[in-house]
Amino acid sequence: MNVPTVADLAAKGESPEILFWVGCAGSYDDRYKRVTKAFVKILNAVDIKFAVLGTEESCTGDPARRAGNEFLFQMQAMSNIQVLNGYGIKKIVTACPHCFNTIKNEYAELGGNYEVIHHSAFLQQLINEGKIKLEGGGSFKGKKITYHDSCFLGRANNIYEAPRAVLEALDADLVEMKRCRTTGLCCGAGGAQMFKDAEKGKKEINIERTEEALATGATTIAVACPFCMTMMTDGVKNKEREAEVNVKDLAELIAEAKGLN
Amino acid sequence: MIQQILFFIVLAGAGYLIAKRVGFIRSTINLGKKSEINDRKDERLRNVLLVAFGQKKMFKKFIPAFLHLFVYVGFLVINLEVLEFIIDGLAGTHRIFAPYLGGFYTVLMNVFEFLAVAVLLACVIFLIRRNVVRTKRLNLPDLTRWPRMDANIILVTEIILMIAILTMNASDQILQTRNDHYTPTGSLFFSSFLLPLFQNTETTTLIIIERFAWWFHIVGILAFAVYVTYSKHLHIFLAFPNTYFAKLEPKGKMTNMPVVTNEVKSMLGLADSNAPATVVEPGRFGAKDVNDLSWNNLMAAYSCTECGRCTEQCPANITGKKLSPRKIMMDTRDRMEDVGKSLQKGGPGLNDGKTLLNDYITKEEINACTSCNACVEACPVLINPLEIILELRRYVAMEESGAPPSWNSMFQNVETSFAPWKFSPSDRFNWSKES
Repeated sequence: MNVPTVADLAAKGESPEILFWVGCAGSYDDRYKRVTKAFVKILNAVDIKFAVLGTEESCTGDPARRAGNEFLFQMQAMSNIQVLNGYGIKKIVTACPHCFNTIKNEYAELGGNYEVIHHSAFLQQLINEGKIKLEGGGSFKGKKITYHDSCFLGRANNIYEAPRAVLEALDADLVEMKRCRTTGLCCGAGGAQMFKDAEKGKKEINIERTEEALATGATTIAVACPFCMTMMTDGVKNKEREAEVNVKDLAELIAEAKGLN
Repeated sequence: MIQQILFFIVLAGAGYLIAKRVGFIRSTINLGKKSEINDRKDERLRNVLLVAFGQKKMFKKFIPAFLHLFVYVGFLVINLEVLEFIIDGLAGTHRIFAPYLGGFYTVLMNVFEFLAVAVLLACVIFLIRRNVVRTKRLNLPDLTRWPRMDANIILVTEIILMIAILTMNASDQILQTRNDHYTPTGSLFFSSFLLPLFQNTETTTLIIIERFAWWFHIVGILAFAVYVTYSKHLHIFLAFPNTYFAKLEPKGKMTNMPVVTNEVKSMLGLADSNAPATVVEPGRFGAKDVNDLSWNNLMAAYSCTECGRCTEQCPANITGKKLSPRKIMMDTRDRMEDVGKSLQKGGPGLNDGKTLLNDYITKEEINACTSCNACVEACPVLINPLEIILELRRYVAMEESGAPPSWNSMFQNVETSFAPWKFSPSDRFNWSKES
C-alpha cells in the first residue's frame, strides 16, 4: 500500500491530482480504517496521483457545528482551509459524507473553494471510465445486497444513484428497503448524535433501521458513511445476525471484487 | 336596497377584520431577523409554480394529494363565483354574469357544481381519515386538542358551504321556471338531484330558501376567510411566498454566522487589516426566542398546515423521542402569537419571562435531532424545521454552554485532539503503517 502525503509530494516539488481526505473515523476508527485502506488500494490500482494530508489533517468541524458550537467549527474550518489552500489543493475525494458535505458546501463561504467528490461518485466515475473493470459473474453474483442511504449524501446533497450504480456494477442482486432514497431512514448518528446517547424513547434508531435492512433478506448491507457503518454494524450485532449478514462500505466491496485485499 | 346595505356592511366588516389580522401577522413575522432574499429569482419562481401551484411534493402520497387537489382547485375556481356573489350583493343584481356569458355560464356553473361535490366528498373522506380511520400522522400526541378541533372546523365548514351552494342552485333552478327575476342558468347537473326536495315548496318559501342559501354561502365564505387567518389553514396563501423564499442551497448546508467568522479571523490573526472594520450587531449567538430567528423561519411557521408529513418521517419521533418537527413549527407560531398579542395590549412582548427555548421547545426535543433532513424533504410547502432546531442548539452551546455533557467532551476532543474522539493527533496517520 502506497500512501503519499501532500507534504512528501511538495518536498519533491509536486502536487497531487486529487487529495484523499481521510476523515477522523477513517483515521482512528478500527472498522473504518479498513475502508480507508480498501480505498487506497483502489487508488493505487488505478494509478491515480493522489495524496493524503496525514497528520496535517484535522476534524472538519461538522459534529461541533451540528451540536451548536459554531466557534469551534469555524476554528477547525479556517485552519483546515489554510492548510488546503497552502498546498494549492483543487480537488478532494473523501469516504465520509459528513466531511464531504462540510468541505463542499460550508467551506466556500470561509474561503475554501474546492471540487469535492464523495468516494461513491468517484468509484462510479472509475467504473464508467473503464478504469475499474468488474467482470460479471464475480463473487457477488446473485447475492442480495441492500444499500442504506446516508442522509448527508442523499437528502443533504442529492446523491442517491452513484452508490447504487457502484453496487450494480458488482452484478449483485440489489434489493431496496421500504424507506430508501428521499425517504431513507437515518441510521441515528447524524447531527452529532454519534457522540452522545440518544434521548429517552421506545427504541434506538439504528435498531429500527437494521430491522428494515434485515427484512430485505440481504446478506450484505452496503453503506457509504463511517457513522452509518458503526450504527448498522451495532444493529446487526444487536440482532445477533453478524454471522450471516455483513455491513460493508462500497470501497470494500469493490476492492474485494477486484481481489485487492 | 336593505340587502345591499347589509351586504356592504358584512363585506366591509370582513375586510376590516382580515386587514387587521394580516397587519398583526405581518408584525409578528417582522419580529424576526431581517435578511434579504433576492437571488436566483428564476429558480424561486420555479419552486412556486411546481411546489405550491403544481403541488408536486403532495403527490408523494397519491390518495390525499388527489383529494387535496379537488379542494385546492375547488377553492381557486369557486372563488370566481364569489366574485359574482360580491357584485350581485353590492349591485342588487342576480347572477349578473349569466346574460353576458349565455351557454358558457351553464358550463361554468356545472364545473363549479362538480367541484363543489368533489370538495364535499374530499372533505368527508378527510374527516373520516382524521376521526374514524385515524391516520397516524393526524393523531400523533403533538397534535393537541385545539389543532385537531381546528382541522375539523375547517373541514365541516367547507362541507356546509358546499351544501349551501348546491341548495341555492337547486332552489334557483325551480324559481327560474316561476319568476322572471331568476335568470335562466340552463340545467345544472348536480343540484338537479336536489330538485325533488324543493319541487313542491311554495314560491315564497323557495325564495327564502334561495336567499338564505345565498347569504349563508357568502357570509360563510367571508367568515371562513377571517377564520383562516387565525388557523392552520393560512397555508392556502402563505405556501406561495414560503416556497418562493425557501432555501435553494443543498439541504446539508448550514447557514453561516458571519459574526463568528469575524471573531475567529481576528483570533487566528487572519483579519484583513485593510478591510473596513465591519460593525456587526452582536446580538445573541443562535436563537433563544423568535426574534433571534429569521423572518423567513417565522413566515414558515404560519405556512404550516400541521399535516405531519415531517413528523411521520422523523427518525427521532418514529422511535419514540419527544422531538416532532411539526411541533417545532407550531410552537414557533404559538410563541409569535403570544408575543404579538402581548405587544398589542401594550404588554411586555418578548420580555414576558418566557422564551421559545425552554418554555415552548425543550432541550430534550432539539437534542434528539439527527439533522437528517427527512422533515425538510417531506414538507409539501418547503418548510425547514431543521434550521430552527440548529439555531436553538447554537444558543444552547454558545450562550449557555448547556450542550449535553458528552457533546461538551466531544468539543473538548476536537479542540485538543482535532478529532471528536480522544486520540493523539500524532497517531492520525498510523493507519498507513498497519496491514
